[in-house]
Amino acid sequence: MTTSVREPWVANAPLAPGEIPDRRPRPRPALPIFYWIVVGFLLIPIVAMVAYSVNGASRNAITPVWKGFTFTWYAHLFDVEGIGDAFFTSILVAVLSGTLSIVIGLPMAMALARHRFWGRGLISSLLFADIAAPSIVVGSSSLAFFLSLNLSMGLGTILIVHVAFNIAYVVAALRARLSGMGTQLEQAAGDLGAGPFVAFWKVTLPLLVPGLLAAFLLAFALSIDDYVITSFINGSRQTFPLFAYGFTKKGMAPQVLCFGTIVFVVAAIVAVLTGLLNRRRL
Amino acid sequence: MTAATAPAPVRATGIRRRRFARGATPYLLSLAGVAWLAFFFLVPLVSGLLVSLMTGNPDDGYQLTWNWHIYVDLFTGPTPYGTYLTRSFVYGCTATLLTIVIAYPVAYYIAFRVSPRWKSTLLTFVMMTFFVSFIIRTDMWFYLLGGDGPISRLLRTVHLTRPGQSILATPGSVIGGMVYNDLAFMILPIYVALERIEPSLHEAANDLYARRSSTFFRVTVPLSRSGVFAGILLVLIDTVGDPVNSSILGGKNTWTIGQSIQFAYFTNQQYNVAAALSTVLMVLLGIVLFAYARVVGTENVEELV
Repeated sequence: MTTSVREPWVANAPLAPGEIPDRRPRPRPALPIFYWIVVGFLLIPIVAMVAYSVNGASRNAITPVWKGFTFTWYAHLFDVEGIGDAFFTSILVAVLSGTLSIVIGLPMAMALARHRFWGRGLISSLLFADIAAPSIVVGSSSLAFFLSLNLSMGLGTILIVHVAFNIAYVVAALRARLSGMGTQLEQAAGDLGAGPFVAFWKVTLPLLVPGLLAAFLLAFALSIDDYVITSFINGSRQTFPLFAYGFTKKGMAPQVLCFGTIVFVVAAIVAVLTGLLNRRRL
Repeated sequence: MTAATAPAPVRATGIRRRRFARGATPYLLSLAGVAWLAFFFLVPLVSGLLVSLMTGNPDDGYQLTWNWHIYVDLFTGPTPYGTYLTRSFVYGCTATLLTIVIAYPVAYYIAFRVSPRWKSTLLTFVMMTFFVSFIIRTDMWFYLLGGDGPISRLLRTVHLTRPGQSILATPGSVIGGMVYNDLAFMILPIYVALERIEPSLHEAANDLYARRSSTFFRVTVPLSRSGVFAGILLVLIDTVGDPVNSSILGGKNTWTIGQSIQFAYFTNQQYNVAAALSTVLMVLLGIVLFAYARVVGTENVEELV
């Protein structure tokens, strides 16, 4: 495990004549200990979520005190009014906005990564501003904008705004992939007689699939977890974070935590599987 | 002679058309994205500024009267927006500093002390927080730190807190929540920057008899600057404007500018006040980040994110 570590100081300093190099570096446990403490800190609320989702509270709200193990809340997963709608709205918005932002962002990333043109810097600045604008400002000004257009808020406005904040992240991710890929293979396709569209379709796109998947997952994660921006422009439509926030001070329904746990387990399984796949490829 | 010159203009237009096509390609490719961002991001931001210059009330509606005076009224009125704004920046900056202090060793450990086989696994442990909704995570801290919560009971048992003393609704709990929620946003960019450092540079420092500490401070830290900057950008912007940590983990003494904007919009329906607060927040954040970029000397800021 320690063979291929690229730590800065494993290279031996120039030796004095006759000096015997000390081959075994002395153990330095401070960093690993610190790392695991931080991971433990990050895990605390996740453990609490799982624990409270199986805690047998008397009424339909969680208590911080342990009352014994139960699966009741999982059996009555949809018994809280609106929880299913909120959850599936969130999934729908995340899938649609992720897909749409890739459809819009991929050509933009191609333009930025493969072409030099007037206005390139301007577009980069626009994307940068999109990432740098605080959520609360984006949300409140989008609300002001939609109000002035007399647009009714709902799924449509949520989607529009989610795509708008996803694009910049998707373009940044894809642009990095495209730059890393280089242009030799596309040029080779051109030398072999392929037009730019054929070269893109047969060479660039297949090579870009992992990047597209990563960009989609990033957009999906950003969208499904957004509270601040969505809270301004949701109208009467609830997404899962908004729904969960509604319970905060009046007492959390355990079913919300059950959904959270299920999402966590699915995401963890996906992460483990992709990790195993990558390891096989290494 | 005519036969010889006749095809030439045809070829010239063909070349010109092809050259035009090549010149137009990037614009056509970025058309949809630019249009979307212009219409649904840029125009709303500008219209937000315009809304702040309106006067009126929730019942009769708002009219654009170019009321620039609102930017003075905000800070002289009965609601202490100046205090909220300062508090938000103090919380945000403190949380950002703390995330750097915690994130740097973690990123360093993964980048330099772990074999490539395990790097992605250790990164996944850090990213695991993203698998759970931000609201649920913050809510769980609320329950854990609340009066009956296991953490506050533990602290009472070991007499670190007095009975009746609350951990919640303090600046500490709000800043702690911010640090918790944004830690991964700092670890990732620093890790990416550290990972990019050429190993030969460290060997060179070593060959030139640099001590471990001077290699760290004169090679590693300067070369990871771009990552730290990207992290600061993400964390500072997120924490200064954030209304969630301060409303879930805070109390009335930790009221922030993000909450003020939400409150002005939804409870008071003072759209002009909310828009003016948003504009002030964005301008101040822009100034802080621009100044920082100038001082640290980061070029190509947009390439970092």
